[in-house]
Amino acid sequence: MIRPLLLLPLAAGFLAFIVRSDRARRLLLVWTARVHFLLTALTVLSYLKGPGGVPFAAWLTPLYPRPSEAVWFSFDALGLFFLGITSLLFLGASHYAAYYLAAEKSDPGEDADGLFVFNNAPEAVFTGCLLLFLAAMTAVTSSRHMGLLWAAVEATTLLSAPLIYFHRHKRSLEATWKYLLICSVGIALALMGNLFLGAAGLKAGGGLDFAAMLAAAPGLDKPLLKAAFLFLFVGYGTKMGLSPFHTWLPDAHSEAPALVSALLSGALLNCAFLGVLRVNAVCVSAGLADFTGGVLVLFGLFSVVTAAMFMLGQRDYKRMLAYSSIEHMGILALGTGLGGTGLFAALLGALSHSLTKAGLFFTSGNVLAAERTKRISEVRGLWRRAPRTAVLWLGGFFLITGLPPSGVFLSKFLILREAVAGGHYWLAAGFLFFLAVLFTGMARVFIAMTFGDRGQKEGEKPYAEPAGMLLPAALFFALVLGLGLYVPAWLDSLLWAAAGR
Amino acid sequence: MEIIKPFSQYLAAMLLAPLLPGIINRVKAFFGGRRGQPALQLYFDLYKLFRKTPVYSRTATWVFRAGPVTGVCALVTALLVLPFAGRPSFLAFEGDFIFLLYLLGLARFATVLAALDTGSAFEGMGASREVQFAVFAEPAFFLGLAALARVGGQTSLSGMFAALTPETWRVAAPVLALLTAAFFIVLLAENSRVPADDPNTHLELTMIHEVMVLDHSGPDLAYILYGAALKLWLFAALIASMVLPRRTGSWAGDSALFLLAVLGVAVAVGVVESVLARLRLTKVPYLLITAFAFSALALIFQVGR
Amino acid sequence: MNTFAELIIVVVILLDMALAVTGSLSGCIRLVAVQGVVAGLLPLLAGGGAAHGVRALIFPVAIVTLKGVVFPWLLLRARDRSGARKDVEPLISYPASILLCLGAFIASSWLGSRLPLPETNVAWIVPASLATIFTGFLLITTRTKAITQVLGYLVIENGIYIFGLALFVEQPMLVELAILLDVFVAVFVMGIAIFHISREFDHIDTAELSELSDWRSGEYGK
Repeated sequence: MIRPLLLLPLAAGFLAFIVRSDRARRLLLVWTARVHFLLTALTVLSYLKGPGGVPFAAWLTPLYPRPSEAVWFSFDALGLFFLGITSLLFLGASHYAAYYLAAEKSDPGEDADGLFVFNNAPEAVFTGCLLLFLAAMTAVTSSRHMGLLWAAVEATTLLSAPLIYFHRHKRSLEATWKYLLICSVGIALALMGNLFLGAAGLKAGGGLDFAAMLAAAPGLDKPLLKAAFLFLFVGYGTKMGLSPFHTWLPDAHSEAPALVSALLSGALLNCAFLGVLRVNAVCVSAGLADFTGGVLVLFGLFSVVTAAMFMLGQRDYKRMLAYSSIEHMGILALGTGLGGTGLFAALLGALSHSLTKAGLFFTSGNVLAAERTKRISEVRGLWRRAPRTAVLWLGGFFLITGLPPSGVFLSKFLILREAVAGGHYWLAAGFLFFLAVLFTGMARVFIAMTFGDRGQKEGEKPYAEPAGMLLPAALFFALVLGLGLYVPAWLDSLLWAAAGR
Repeated sequence: MEIIKPFSQYLAAMLLAPLLPGIINRVKAFFGGRRGQPALQLYFDLYKLFRKTPVYSRTATWVFRAGPVTGVCALVTALLVLPFAGRPSFLAFEGDFIFLLYLLGLARFATVLAALDTGSAFEGMGASREVQFAVFAEPAFFLGLAALARVGGQTSLSGMFAALTPETWRVAAPVLALLTAAFFIVLLAENSRVPADDPNTHLELTMIHEVMVLDHSGPDLAYILYGAALKLWLFAALIASMVLPRRTGSWAGDSALFLLAVLGVAVAVGVVESVLARLRLTKVPYLLITAFAFSALALIFQVGR
Repeated sequence: MNTFAELIIVVVILLDMALAVTGSLSGCIRLVAVQGVVAGLLPLLAGGGAAHGVRALIFPVAIVTLKGVVFPWLLLRARDRSGARKDVEPLISYPASILLCLGAFIASSWLGSRLPLPETNVAWIVPASLATIFTGFLLITTRTKAITQVLGYLVIENGIYIFGLALFVEQPMLVELAILLDVFVAVFVMGIAIFHISREFDHIDTAELSELSDWRSGEYGK
């Protein structure tokens, strides 16, 4: 009863399966997102102001240090930070969805390449799963028990699988199957990691509660803790899309509807990252910072390299965005591995990447609607066909590749500085080199798509861009741009608290 | 008096062995709703065959004539190291289980050579199959005996089975259960019993053992049949000593119980033959690999214990 | 009493090997179900009859119902509906499978003896669980059908469950139930996906699910 943040999307999700009217269901989606965001904002506020700062907020959503009662869900700075990202993204996605679903309804389902006709999944199922997906992600950010965190992450996989299969055709089905199986098996390894974690704490009596584990960290059994970290890292790393466990990610992101790709990339990957952060914090407290840092830096850099390799010669612009997500997840892991300011930068990067990538995926949906193809080679001169979309597309490119000023730039710069300060010159050089490769690879695509020679197409009228499908992206881009210029004091303190300082 | 016991044990094994195929046949007949042959049929057959004159092909050499005799001699020797009802045999020495394995191998080698010596493609095919399956069956048997050696900490067969008590079953039940299963499968395969081979068939496509001995006649065939009975006895005795390690204390009581267990194994073989169909030839290795896996598992269990 | 638990562990390992050699799809489904039930009963049987209240009873009952009844039913239905061939169509031969399984067990025994795990009173439980997890991966990687991949997932889950028993990690009831619910929903959703795959592709051969790839030179669809 004390967790409206969890129960609201849950109840709304079940309701969405029953509601018959499309309009009512879309309203339900949008209003649930709004109320959820409001509640989140209230919780953040009450966290910043301290206990009693905001009336009723503590009653609405409990915060982390609580009396010793058995509490399953409550928030600390880290969870709250990711909840904020998730809620904000969902707010944008829900507004986008309202227009998207209306457009899909009036449109015959034709394959983007015009090869075959397909049906869409029932809208009720889609909306219901979307809301339940939000509930699961809220549970991920708010659970304070590793076991529960695991269950919630697995729930996000299962609830988002039907979302990827919204357009019912072969390719999306293939993507859904890969996503389901690879992530479920990966997550099963994380369960194994949880068991190791529990075994590591058998003598110290830590249990699997974060606070208790952090308190008992020095007494944990070190070799078992290492095993636990490796299993949890591989498990959540699979979900997070770190190379070489990333194979599901490009498929799922390219085949899902734009707003689902946005949520997957911007919110879901972060949820998995949260799992890695949780266990990393315990390991660092137990004095294993060198070990976990090494693993994180290794796989982080490898992800950046993989993304760079596949970015060159990429033919599908949604896949390209997916590889960019892998790159950013690699950067987050890298920052976390470096520790100190690096962790702060990683969190800032998570926020900036989520907003930018979500905006880009929203925009990619518009591009797809305007051009009816996902092939890079067939989209040329976008600015003539859909000028406002083109502006967003190009703007998003500048932001995501980390041109200053943007939050992405800030986070990349801080990580680079941390690497140099730590004496990891080769790491810094390699990182910079592959960022340059990624930049050129993406620049080629974005510039050709926006300005390339469109050629004459008979009777082509400018594409009518619905404002509702542009606004969320524009808003997100503005926020990221703002972050690059000025990080507000409250966000700064929240980030530092989340980074554990 | 004590010297008599191993001797009479040995004699009992030699004399009672031809009873087992008869029992199996009776069980099968019972399941098939027939009256079946008399249980002592093999004794009659042997008696009849010994009185006949063997016929030899003009192309066959001494290898062909030596085969059956070598085979039966190898098995008669093998029985020397086989314990009876948990009592030591005549000839027990360290590592005699390897001796046993080699004697079984020698018997097989003699049979195979004799089959090849006929020059018939048909018998060559049987020899090839026999060797092919032996490749799978022998490691299973060897690993199984090795595991058993680990259980008792003894390397002679007599020692192994003497060390086996009801207490062992309580402590190492998984190992012994696995070994029993593995040995039973090896028994079925080595004695050309049903899932692996069919002793009654004379269909060229499916035969393994029968086809190798088609050209033998008279006393030679008798040797082969008798050797087969001894081999069956040997495996049945191993299994019986394993599943029934109970000691009554008296020699007679133990022996009676043991003989009952051996007959029980024969009945079990009969039941298996009645309820199972013969496996396709290509599937037989799977069966033997299963036995191998059982033995290997038992060995791993025992080593890590 | 522990001898009894050890026998059960042996049964679990034998079921792994049986899974490696069983060619029939329905046979595999039943074997996985049996393994799930055996694993679910393990805490009751190994505990020496000392009941730990309601929890000790409810949970095994839930597991046995789910893994022994619901999952096989769902999967057999998926198999019938998909009209798939009746065998598992392995990519490697059955003897190779069983030898891999055996090798995995040997490796797991070695690993189990090296891991600094708390002392268990049931021998072989750690190697058995690791070997079971390996068998799950074997099923996923060397069998082509979508259903066998779900089976592999379930076998991995069984292995992890046994591993949890070995480590004495008592997760709270709520967490255990949440995990169980997740597994149930996973199988349910995968079952639906299999149904759609069979309808869309006329087969459930995952080796053919290869249109999305960055390694192939051709553009998809053309």
